[in-house]
Amino acid sequence: MARVVVDVMLKPEILDPQGQAVQRALPRLGFEGISDVRQGKRFELEVEGPVDGDALARIHELAETFLANTVIENFTVRVQDADGSERPVEAGPHAASEGAVA
Amino acid sequence: MTTRIGVVTFPGSLDDSDARRAIRIAGGEAVALWHRDKDLRKQQVDAVVLPGGFSYGDYLRCGAIARFSPIMEPVVEQAKAGMPVLGICNGFQVLCETHLLPGALTRNDHLHFICRDQRLRVENDTTAWTSDYERGQEIVVPLKNGEGGYVADERTLDELEGEGRVVFRYLDGNPNGSRRDIAGITNEAGNVVGLMPHPEHAVEALTGPTTDGLGFFTSALKKLVAS
Repeated sequence: MARVVVDVMLKPEILDPQGQAVQRALPRLGFEGISDVRQGKRFELEVEGPVDGDALARIHELAETFLANTVIENFTVRVQDADGSERPVEAGPHAASEGAVA
Repeated sequence: MTTRIGVVTFPGSLDDSDARRAIRIAGGEAVALWHRDKDLRKQQVDAVVLPGGFSYGDYLRCGAIARFSPIMEPVVEQAKAGMPVLGICNGFQVLCETHLLPGALTRNDHLHFICRDQRLRVENDTTAWTSDYERGQEIVVPLKNGEGGYVADERTLDELEGEGRVVFRYLDGNPNGSRRDIAGITNEAGNVVGLMPHPEHAVEALTGPTTDGLGFFTSALKKLVAS
């Protein structure tokens, strides 16, 4: 059994008022030096069977159609192996590593 | 035969009974539709309203789970074939999630839930749901949401403006950070309309700030009788 982690973040050009509210609260709590906070979602999927190309393709599809709304959000998919090591999965059209999608 | 307009109830819908009431007051027959219904034809509805509320507790994203309800399959199919569909508040969010309408609704820029009577300008009086208004007419209906900020990329916004698909714009200040003060939009064909404010709460003097919302439902009924 392997775990696949999907991180979903608002695209850089989309305002994140929740992240801003968190950032503004930091100085009040005595935490200085944090200039920006962006808030996102993390999904941990426990996958039955091997995490091969087919499984990852299906996970990519479910991330793209359901976990993320690619109008406003980017996502990344990572595989977490049993020993805890992580490996990124090649970037799709809406992956965060590609930056803003107009 | 009376014109039948269906109103979908999802788990967590709140304004479904008000939407049905608005349809009745406008002179139509309101049909309660359940999110698990898969057969829209059996119900013989001529139009569908997706009501306000918090379907599936707004889990994941507003409207994201409702989009995959069994009933949405025939609703999307029929909408693409020209059936009038109105999405109010959470219903608008569902329509954006299904991509029947472009863009998305995000958290209000000030983070507060807002509940007030909202003045709007009708920008398009040719859709299935706005033909009883006049372009430029100002109406007041309730607005109540936490995630009503309309966003889309600049190209989409320009397209919407260029094609006259912005149907309503906020007046008296932008309540939620919506791009270009957009309160409601339509698809290319003009049969699918989504907006954040609530016309179904403004259909009679006793309970609404105005009766300005009635025109949505009379517009659809007239169009359906004529067709």
